[in-house]
Amino acid sequence: MRQKLAESYATTEHAEGHPGLQHHFENMEQQREAGTLGIWVFLVTEIMFFGGMFLAYTLYRSKYPTAFASGSNHLDITLGAVNTGVLILSSFTMALAVYGTQVGKRRLQIFCLALTIGLGLTFLGIKAVEYKDKYVDNLIPGTLIPGHPFHPAVQAPGEPFDEHKLHLLPGAKVQNVEMFYWIYFAMTGMHAVHMVIGVGLLSFLLFFSARRRYGPEYYNPIEVTGLYWHFVDIVWIFLFPLLYLLGRHLEHGG
Amino acid sequence: MSEHIVPVKVYLAIFLALLAGTALTIFAAFHDFPWRLNTVIALTIASIKATLVVLYFMHVRYSTRLVWVILVAALFWMGILFALTFSDYFTRDWIPLS
Repeated sequence: MRQKLAESYATTEHAEGHPGLQHHFENMEQQREAGTLGIWVFLVTEIMFFGGMFLAYTLYRSKYPTAFASGSNHLDITLGAVNTGVLILSSFTMALAVYGTQVGKRRLQIFCLALTIGLGLTFLGIKAVEYKDKYVDNLIPGTLIPGHPFHPAVQAPGEPFDEHKLHLLPGAKVQNVEMFYWIYFAMTGMHAVHMVIGVGLLSFLLFFSARRRYGPEYYNPIEVTGLYWHFVDIVWIFLFPLLYLLGRHLEHGG
Repeated sequence: MSEHIVPVKVYLAIFLALLAGTALTIFAAFHDFPWRLNTVIALTIASIKATLVVLYFMHVRYSTRLVWVILVAALFWMGILFALTFSDYFTRDWIPLS
């Protein structure tokens, strides 16, 4: 064992003195693999965490399909689609930031980190606009906002179209639409919390990138933050069709 | 295995594929497919998009076997979570309670 350790030191002399190497790792390569593995184990817990909410969604949607479709049709599909594009673009710039660090292109690295932060904030801004619309339409479930309980205006049959009113599909009940909005706010809310944390991590990386901490020898912090960021993107890839699109094909009946 | 640098061209192709998938899923959502195909189509497209992100943006295609094992274990356990819960909820009406 001791001899093997000595050998590995001998083969990685060039990396040994790197300031980013923690003393409990033998070399940069081992540190990088341990870090990547660690974040993957963390992402497993995240998969299980969001998995539970996707499970709740599936059960309630199968129980109240028309109420879920009615609630879904009230969401703003344009804002949702734009946000999907923003998030995919931010994943792309995040990947480029990792690439820029790996090949030692510092300007690309810093530019892409800043761009990813900007796109993350854009996503959160659009999300805030959507939440405000729900507030105006009294669609925030339960009494989450004190003095502003869930009581949406429901469109009566034959009444002219009003985008602020809930259009119930046949068989849908308002209290079951409320269930849709509980799940909508729980899932998009937790997703937004993850985005806020991601923007925080990226700001940290940007700060230290400007101080030349990361480069081709030491890029693991940017890489693992990227893994987290892409995971949050994947959650949205599933949330967008499930929350925004699932009832659209039932809408044209009016 | 280690230090595989994915070329920018690949990232760009994946990015465009993801945008195309988003457009396709919106397009499909406004069409009325028989049975429950709307849900199946939406989830299939989302799964393909997620797989592309995992394999290329998250470098799993070039990662160690250990990362593969961890990812597959996570999906397997989520499968158990769904399968066992569904086996309860979706079979409750099978036997009428007198």
